[in-house]
Amino acid sequence: MAGTALLGRLTWQLGEVTGLVQETPRVGTLRLQMPEWPGHLAGQHVDVRLTADDGYQAQRSYSIASAPDDSRLAITVERLEDGEVSPYLVGELKVGDKLELRGPIGGYFVWKAGELRSLLLIAGGSGIVPLMAMIRHRALVGDKAPARLLYSSRAVEDIIYREELDRLAAAGDGFTVAHTLTRQQPAGWQGYARRIDRDMVRDVAWPKDQAPLVFVCGPTSFVETASGLLVDSGYDPSWIKTERFGATGG
Amino acid sequence: MDVAEMKVDGNAIGGLLREIFTIEMTAAETTCAECGAVNAVGRVDVYMQAPGVVVRCPECKQVLMLIVRGRGRYWVDLRGVRRLEFAAAD
Repeated sequence: MAGTALLGRLTWQLGEVTGLVQETPRVGTLRLQMPEWPGHLAGQHVDVRLTADDGYQAQRSYSIASAPDDSRLAITVERLEDGEVSPYLVGELKVGDKLELRGPIGGYFVWKAGELRSLLLIAGGSGIVPLMAMIRHRALVGDKAPARLLYSSRAVEDIIYREELDRLAAAGDGFTVAHTLTRQQPAGWQGYARRIDRDMVRDVAWPKDQAPLVFVCGPTSFVETASGLLVDSGYDPSWIKTERFGATGG
Repeated sequence: MDVAEMKVDGNAIGGLLREIFTIEMTAAETTCAECGAVNAVGRVDVYMQAPGVVVRCPECKQVLMLIVRGRGRYWVDLRGVRRLEFAAAD
């Protein structure tokens, strides 16, 4: 493990927002310049803390979207209208503003290039974010592990990183993407058009004799459904790493 | 919101656990004192709506840990954890 990313006291740092990208109507990416960043692993997150004038503090966790190999740290945040933190991060925050955060955090839901096992990534909604760090990491270092992404979104305009995923899948380096749209599909949609189910998992998942490495991230019910389907199809639970962020992230 | 959707997992308390243990703990393996299930801390069930954090075994739902932070102190109740196994800091 990269010791610097895992050891030592975790301290709050003041980062500067250097860029903002609107990914979808409700999701934005923040690029951050940190005074001291020890480096991170794909799949890790940061804690963000906001402090009101009266001293009230609210804290939330957000996954790191950028690859470890990219010096520009990025987090991607879904704006939840009743949230305490995300409406500020996506909508009010501007380039040049400062943001208090600490990290990187996590050592379980992480992937490092060099694993020879095939990779199966399953994302529901903004659960794509830590998986995108893995996909970008894989592409940047030229890792040869075959990788498949199954990505469930509500509608086509809710697909985060859509163009980049299309581009990476077109590169022909062993990475493929299967989309499913659960609520609304555009005319001529070629992907799946339903919630994740047994047939979809059977189509997309690697055969179990490959003993793939699996990362599933999304709302709690989505993650539990997906990992249950994989175990039912003969996957060993120890191959499957999960991150469940509840119904809301705040 | 129903109770099932209030549940997150141990990844969400990686920062809090690192405050307490000073090392990365989500990859640590925890053994449930009730049913003996062994799970990575990142995998266990976590509820954060209470005044503190409630950590439960994903298999038998027994409480593994209760963590409260306030007034500059931590209260860490490990009633349901029989064992924690994790890599030593070099």
